Amino acid sequence: MIDQSLALSARGVRMEYRDRSTHQGFVALESLDLDIRQGEFVSIVGPSGCGKTTFIKIVNGLLQATAGEIQLRKIGKGREDAMVFQDASLFPWYTLVDNVSYGLVCSGVKRKEARERSVPFIKLVGLDGFADKYPYELSGGMQQRANLARALAVDPSLLLMDEPFAALDSQTRELMQAELLRIWNEAQKTVLFITHQIDEAVYLSDRVIVMSARPGRVLADIRIEIPRPRSLDVKRTTEFVRYEEQIWRLIAKQIPAAQSGSEA
Amino acid sequence: MTQASNLFPAAEAGFRTIRPRTRVKRSRVSRWYRRHERAVLGATGVIAFFLLWQVGAWVGVIDPFFFSSPLAVIAAGIGDVQTSVFWADTKVSFFELLIGSVLSLALAVPLGIVIGWYQRLTYAFDPWLNFFNALPRIAMLPLVILWVGLGVEMKIFIVFLGGFFSIIMPTVEGVRTVDRQFLDVARSFRASQRLLLTSIVVPATIPFIVTGIRLAVGRMLIGVIVAELFAQTEGLGVMIARAEAAMRSDQMMFGILIFTIAGILTTEAVGILERYFQRWRPSSEEVEEGM
Repeated sequence: MIDQSLALSARGVRMEYRDRSTHQGFVALESLDLDIRQGEFVSIVGPSGCGKTTFIKIVNGLLQATAGEIQLRKIGKGREDAMVFQDASLFPWYTLVDNVSYGLVCSGVKRKEARERSVPFIKLVGLDGFADKYPYELSGGMQQRANLARALAVDPSLLLMDEPFAALDSQTRELMQAELLRIWNEAQKTVLFITHQIDEAVYLSDRVIVMSARPGRVLADIRIEIPRPRSLDVKRTTEFVRYEEQIWRLIAKQIPAAQSGSEA
Repeated sequence: MTQASNLFPAAEAGFRTIRPRTRVKRSRVSRWYRRHERAVLGATGVIAFFLLWQVGAWVGVIDPFFFSSPLAVIAAGIGDVQTSVFWADTKVSFFELLIGSVLSLALAVPLGIVIGWYQRLTYAFDPWLNFFNALPRIAMLPLVILWVGLGVEMKIFIVFLGGFFSIIMPTVEGVRTVDRQFLDVARSFRASQRLLLTSIVVPATIPFIVTGIRLAVGRMLIGVIVAELFAQTEGLGVMIARAEAAMRSDQMMFGILIFTIAGILTTEAVGILERYFQRWRPSSEEVEEGM
């Protein structure tokens, strides 16, 4: 029986890939355990190729694990989980409003009703007035806002975010981080956030999970005790920098190991 | 120190002044010309060609027996359009084109999508698609005549062959190259197979289909004219052949002109179709601006 206050509970999640041409297997994830409480903002950081994206894709159902089990709690009428993708991945042939309502249409809502229901989410992410624009008419930051609105619109119990700000320039990224906290505060969602940016993880999260180089395991689970609401100025406090250094030291030790394996 | 000065000998001190562009005041005519340069030069080229042709025919440098002259072609056209045979021929040719193109489009697009979507079907059909695409379809004409005779059906079939393979090839290619990340989004939101097709596969493939249609237009026109020339039953191709028998180069050229106009009009229509279906793409000017 799992704890009722948990939004996600993963036990022994293992992922093995098999190279089609060489028939050599390699382990991307080695027995990963993770609990996320409802309403928590949890980030996973780790050296590249450590399997963090693999894990979030398993949670989302895009990949199937080789072993282990994940329990997702469903609250209310919405979906268990929804993914905010690394590239905005908006359909270029859909207008903003049709992109945002896509998840609803996928769950069987009529297109017209789905459009109406996505309007408040467009507003929430600050894209009021852009509903009828095509993606090419939006900036990178705006596309990521739409990407976020699309996931929020299906009212997921758990919001999965796969390095959503990685492709943005650093100023836009900072802005989007602050925006995300505002939206998170308003939407009251549990978030699992994947990133390779330590400062991003510390700034956003209640807990930062540090993963080892491949095969990925949980190396450390660090609670970030910086009070909320956090403004971007928090990043210049000694407390913040101390967290950054602690995580960086953990990751730095992993990097030679990450380099000896082939890039995933 | 000495080495460095060998590489970079001390330059004589001095400045080079870089000035802004001086704006030349242009006359109204000159401004108008610069704005419409492309159209003006294009029109000049066309007019010059016809003028030289006409004058050459008058002077005798160009033999009107073989090459006619622009005015003679116009005169032949005016004569032709007053005959009922011309209209009957035109009707037949366009009927063949219309039915052939509608059939090829209606079959090639859905079949192409299905074949492209299921990898096993792609593998199974690929050799045949490549075979028929490489095959000079005109070479099948005698065989097709053996199957369905010399009538309209044969010509429709030839038009269909030209259109079908031109459209199905890029359609299959388009479906196969749909961006994986869009499919991931759809799967992530648990889209049904049907929604996957209508929301991603079809819109992503439309540019490929339009490319196929562009190719098909030319091939279908070739198909209809060759089939008519070969079968000698009815149609604009037969009109050209009759003119040839009568050694009327002006009438032959008028027939060719009709086909050319048909080609230009359909290409234009495809362009309009393309812009309609791809309004979600930045136009070329916007792309240039962005760069």
